[in-house]
Amino acid sequence: MTTATDIEVVDLAVTPLRELNQRLHDAKNDGPKSWKIVNPNGAHALAVGIDAELDVLIEGHTGYYTAGMNKHANVTIDGNAGVGVGENIMSGTIRITGNASQACAATGRGGLVVVDGDAAARCGISMKGVEIVVKGDIGHMSAFMAQSGTLVVCGDAGDALGDSIYETHIYVRGSVKGLGADCIEKELKDFHREELGRLLEVSGADAKVDEFKRYGSARQLYTFNIDNAGAY
Amino acid sequence: MCGIVGLFAKTPEVEANLGALLAPMLYEMSDRGPDSAGVAFYRNPVASGNTKLTLQCDNPHHDWELMRDALADRFGADKDVVRRANHAVLVAHDEAAPVEAWIEEQFPEVKIMSAGEAIEIYKETGRPEKFIETFDIQSLNGTHALGHTRMATESKVTTAGSHPFSTGLDLCLVHNGSLSNHNGLRRMLRREGIRFQTENDTEVAAGYMMWRQREGDSMQAMMDNAFEDLDGFYTFLIGTRDGFAVVRDPIACKPAVIAETDEWVAMSSEYRSIATLPGAEKAKTWEPAPATIYAWEKEKV
Repeated sequence: MTTATDIEVVDLAVTPLRELNQRLHDAKNDGPKSWKIVNPNGAHALAVGIDAELDVLIEGHTGYYTAGMNKHANVTIDGNAGVGVGENIMSGTIRITGNASQACAATGRGGLVVVDGDAAARCGISMKGVEIVVKGDIGHMSAFMAQSGTLVVCGDAGDALGDSIYETHIYVRGSVKGLGADCIEKELKDFHREELGRLLEVSGADAKVDEFKRYGSARQLYTFNIDNAGAY
Repeated sequence: MCGIVGLFAKTPEVEANLGALLAPMLYEMSDRGPDSAGVAFYRNPVASGNTKLTLQCDNPHHDWELMRDALADRFGADKDVVRRANHAVLVAHDEAAPVEAWIEEQFPEVKIMSAGEAIEIYKETGRPEKFIETFDIQSLNGTHALGHTRMATESKVTTAGSHPFSTGLDLCLVHNGSLSNHNGLRRMLRREGIRFQTENDTEVAAGYMMWRQREGDSMQAMMDNAFEDLDGFYTFLIGTRDGFAVVRDPIACKPAVIAETDEWVAMSSEYRSIATLPGAEKAKTWEPAPATIYAWEKEKV
């Protein structure tokens, strides 16, 4: 019989990935609430589609789309994550103790993604409400077409940050190699200080609010402008 | 989609087991490239002035000993003929250029996969696991090796269209991605005297590197030119006599992971290849930045 404090350990060296994911899905109704997954060895689509308040610890490096579409669960990857970690996250928390590959938290709609290391290119691409904190650097084309949500970068940002951005708050502590189309530096107002302070605290980032600059949309690209009607 | 892998030995133990370590890495990339597979191993270098040739012939009854004797009569040659499936390694006692010209003239059915002092290239169509078994990849030693699994997008699935591509003496290229301006580049390179066997886009990138090296470019200068001239997506793994280099295009659409320990340096399209190596979980692991060359070389003695 399992109790609430038991940790269900699954070894991916012996358990098929689909079996594990099915069990994580079934845990919405009944089953262990705390999970430890060992020997991920770069497997793709690990812990995708969880829809329950589970605690999942993955010990090791993972492949593509880890914890994609996550709802409610608290997933920790103790290692590096491959392309598209937390893709389309809806809610809950995903923490990566190492580095995240490209397209971290792409299209994410809610929840929190924390990367203790660096995130590569296209971090938060098309983000739609997710909160992302990267303690290291992020790669080029990050927050491309970002629609809403918050991206915090404690290190440096690569080229074309926030290209074609809609409405997203971007905070960068270090340097920005280049801003994308319609992305500009904006004033850090009290509301933003509060938001940034909260995210630095919940993510455990060792940084101060005043060290950051905020970037966001100039709103020249996506809004229909009647003066441009002749161009259509 | 394609899969690429590379392994660079830092210790004699890894050198001795290079094939046994590379084979599982290549196997893991089968899903990314089930059409054909290939490897380049840098091993057992011949004396300067001699040329090691990896040759391939579709005819299963091709008489490699007869060819060795003809080569020995003309240039001098090692007695050994080391066969792996439809490939064979011969060593000629002369410079590469006259030997290669002579083989093309005398043995038109034989294709030269690679030439140099250390390089051996093996490649074939079919599933990677079959390739690994047929060519007994596990048994190969070497200082460093590159591998490729191909999912063809631009051209036919043939042996000649498989990777690695030779780009000159002891040089080779494997590629994940696709080039969109390869037809125009091929015409330009033909005018420069570069010859092509296929309609393959990677062969054009290989020909481009051959041309730039002939013009005296360093690795950095060659890639700076390539960033300008090659239009498309690529992660390249470039093999040289003393090491290899990893380069991604300026947009970095195609994946790449590098990991390093005191024993080895490994690169792959995906981490799961690297996970097969001893000590992988403790390795320094990172994703190469776009338009940046990452290179490792044996210290020249």
